[in-house]
Amino acid sequence: MANPQYSVLSGAQSAISANKVLKNTYMLLSATLGFSALMALISMSLALPSWMYLVSVIGAMVMGIFVLPRTANSSAGIGVIFAITGLLGLGLGSILTMYMALPRGPEIIATAFAGTGLIFLGLSGYALTSKRDFSFMGGFLFAGIMVVFIAAIANIFLAMPALSLAVSGGIILLMSGFILFDTSRIINGGETNYIMATYGLYLNIFNIFISLLQILGIMGSDD
Amino acid sequence: MDLFMKIVAAAAMGMMVFYAWRAYQQWQQQGPKAEKGDWQAAILPLAMVAGLVVLLIAMVR
Repeated sequence: MANPQYSVLSGAQSAISANKVLKNTYMLLSATLGFSALMALISMSLALPSWMYLVSVIGAMVMGIFVLPRTANSSAGIGVIFAITGLLGLGLGSILTMYMALPRGPEIIATAFAGTGLIFLGLSGYALTSKRDFSFMGGFLFAGIMVVFIAAIANIFLAMPALSLAVSGGIILLMSGFILFDTSRIINGGETNYIMATYGLYLNIFNIFISLLQILGIMGSDD
Repeated sequence: MDLFMKIVAAAAMGMMVFYAWRAYQQWQQQGPKAEKGDWQAAILPLAMVAGLVVLLIAMVR
């Protein structure tokens, strides 16, 4: 028969551990977002070309798949996550330079920034307060990512604005689902490494911001 | 975007599809299944996100 005292203690310890992971994740997330913003400002002041975005995304993707999982359990992981988010910030800066040149570019950027903040804070607050386990969404979310990426690959060659809007809309909804999924995994002990948790949440925020920027850029243009 | 860049972007996204496929298989086989009321709890905030995006679009138009 299970010892009830042990299970209470074990439950309390697991809650303390989850809270520690959550606190460390949000601290590292704030630092990486700030670093990314700094790198984006540097990229904008240097007026880096738009192809820099593609280079930075591919570089960050390769590091995220091959380097980060191997270093996430050591202090080197902190350096790697800053390298990844700094690289993505550089790429983001080159995109923002393009949007700043649009007639209503600064307004579109500010709206996308505010929208991303609202979505992240709202969904994180919901996942934290509802205490539900959203990890049942895993299969659905990864299937959705595959569909959206296949559509995005097709649109690289087809260049259809309607498909581009649909892909961006799909990414916003999927990344919103991933915020619920990732946050509930941290709370429920599914993710115990705060560096990997930060990487997941950072990518959700980054993708929502880029997709919102694209939707608002297309819908906000006069032609 | 020139053809070379298009091919590079498509290859990078193709790699992501491959990784998403592996993650999908893993979550389908080992992931927890939804219980009663789980999907309603997830769809409600996602519908609010969709509403917010529509509102933001209306603001910039």
